[in-house]
Amino acid sequence: MTTSAPVRVARDGWIVARRNLIKIKRVPEVLVFVLISPIMFVLLFAYVFGGAIDVPGEVDYKEFLVPGIFVQTVVFGATFTGAGLAEDMQKGIIDRFRSLPMSRSAVLIGRTTSDVFYNVISVTIMALTGLVIGWRIREGVLDAATAFLILLVFAYSVSWIMAYVGLLVPSVEVVNNASFIVIFPLTFVSNAFVPTESFDGVLRTFVEWNPVSTATQACRELFGNTDPSVPVPDAWSMQHPTIYTLLISMAIVAVFAPLATRQYKLSTTK
Amino acid sequence: MADMVRASGLVKRYKSVEALSGLDLTVQEGTVLALLGPNGAGKTTAVRVLATLLTPDAGTAEVAGIDVLANPAGVRERIGLSGQYAAVDEHLTGYENLEMVGRLYDLGRVKARARARELLEQFGLAEAGDRPAKTYSGGMRRRLDLAGALVAAPPLLILDEPTTGLDVRSRLQLWDVIRELVAGGTTLLLTTQYLEEADRLADEIVVIDHGKAIARGTADQLKAQTGGERIEVVLADAARRDAAERVLALVARGPVQVDDDGRSLVAPVHDGQRALARTLREFEDAGIAVLELGLRRPTLDDVFLSLTGHAAEADPSSETVEVSA
Ligand SMILES: Nc1ncnc2c1ncn2[C@@H]1O[C@H](COP(=O)(O)OP(=O)(O)OP(=O)(O)O)[C@@H](O)[C@H]1O
Ligand SMILES: [Mg+2]
Repeated sequence: MTTSAPVRVARDGWIVARRNLIKIKRVPEVLVFVLISPIMFVLLFAYVFGGAIDVPGEVDYKEFLVPGIFVQTVVFGATFTGAGLAEDMQKGIIDRFRSLPMSRSAVLIGRTTSDVFYNVISVTIMALTGLVIGWRIREGVLDAATAFLILLVFAYSVSWIMAYVGLLVPSVEVVNNASFIVIFPLTFVSNAFVPTESFDGVLRTFVEWNPVSTATQACRELFGNTDPSVPVPDAWSMQHPTIYTLLISMAIVAVFAPLATRQYKLSTTK
Repeated sequence: MADMVRASGLVKRYKSVEALSGLDLTVQEGTVLALLGPNGAGKTTAVRVLATLLTPDAGTAEVAGIDVLANPAGVRERIGLSGQYAAVDEHLTGYENLEMVGRLYDLGRVKARARARELLEQFGLAEAGDRPAKTYSGGMRRRLDLAGALVAAPPLLILDEPTTGLDVRSRLQLWDVIRELVAGGTTLLLTTQYLEEADRLADEIVVIDHGKAIARGTADQLKAQTGGERIEVVLADAARRDAAERVLALVARGPVQVDDDGRSLVAPVHDGQRALARTLREFEDAGIAVLELGLRRPTLDDVFLSLTGHAAEADPSSETVEVSA
């Protein structure tokens, strides 16, 4: 039986993704631990730091916070991709994959694809947590759906960054530590927890062009968690957060998918 | 007959060791070649190069006429590999593992499913087939991994120490499966530390040590290289040693060896059967009682010892230490 190359990539990727999903089904504890930290962040910022943070306009801090937590959750969730790949690379199963006539990028595509499902689950849980503490969707269903879609697309692109990291480092523990080097500046030097206005100079520019900020901004606008009377920062990225976030997500995939694929080939024939 | 595997001058260097230092290897279609060597000899490295998992630093290799380096994808379509350490997914059931491999071999969903059940049956895993592989014993994992190599019924099967860690029954069963496959036309390249295994299964044996082939031939040819038969005696009473040695000297074609304990003697002989009969008679006449008396053909252990100067045993630098049979 012969199958054309692109079909084969998609199909093999799906077969590997299905295998990863079976693991989540068999070991659901994995999900619990990765979700605990965002829930702790919600509680910490909403009830501990929240009082000290001023949000411009007539918006409750909890409403302001939850879209930021969504973005933080999916960015943290990408660690899962890196850790999963690093684990696979150490386990015997990778030798089986490599000796099969399957598409070479299927292991990576399968991993990033199964993590989309994982993100759907984690965003759902975070949304429920948000609703409990007082966050609301104030715009239409279509806008809300667009917001969730942007979250998933952005998450997918970050998965590829972490896939690359997962292949560069030798073990799962190192992935978890290394990922913080990527994740911490991205999520904390952003408008996810504090307003853009609280940054100055170079930091302010970084915040405005940081995709975590624009994804957060896009979600806030689409869910209706902003005060329309408060002006949005002048930067193009903040003026067009949806388009900017989609463009930068595509750019990230365009750069990191080939990098990760190359690294996979390198680290599997040494 | 065409060559299924043709490798020449394979070199693979790691920082401090040369795992392969110019290995040449040929396996004819439809035959079994055993790569025999102690821990650290380079068996796994050689297998991984042929299975496209490792790029050699020098040398060329072809599988079924396809260049391993130029067209690894083509090679992968024609091989089934079972590596030294079981390549199974612990969280999947045995059935899911095999079905996944079948799909990735492009068998199609229906065929992949049927094949998975068939193999579980064949390898005595039918009952455990719907349990996660995590719950399998070492031997069961090993068998599941072997089944994985057979999913697509590839023309070349590469097995790296397939029976290490299996109990005697499973080992015999596996040998049967292997013989059946070979009878059906499959070519087999297998590595082993068990001399008996090479003897039983292989048409040709390549002995490797320090990354190089140091001898090759059929089991009989290798044994002939080591020298012929010999008579081995264990005396009931050490006091009769000198008398026994005199008798053996009559039939021996070389010096008679006496062991430290003074009760075991070994004599190399030409015509084994007649020499044995004569020894028996002379012992009878002289009233020498024996615990054991026998004719022994050289084993591959002897072959190994005479070729490498050390027995086929664990290399201290290697991680896995196993005592060979
Ligand atoms: N990735 C590696 N890095 C460094 N050295 C290696 C590596 N892989 C193998 N070696 C070395 O190469 C040599 C050959 O190893 P190989 O695994 O091929 O031996 P083997 O014949 O399969 O041994 P065993 O019977 O123990 O499985 C050994 O000295 C080993 O230490
Ligand atoms: Mg080995």
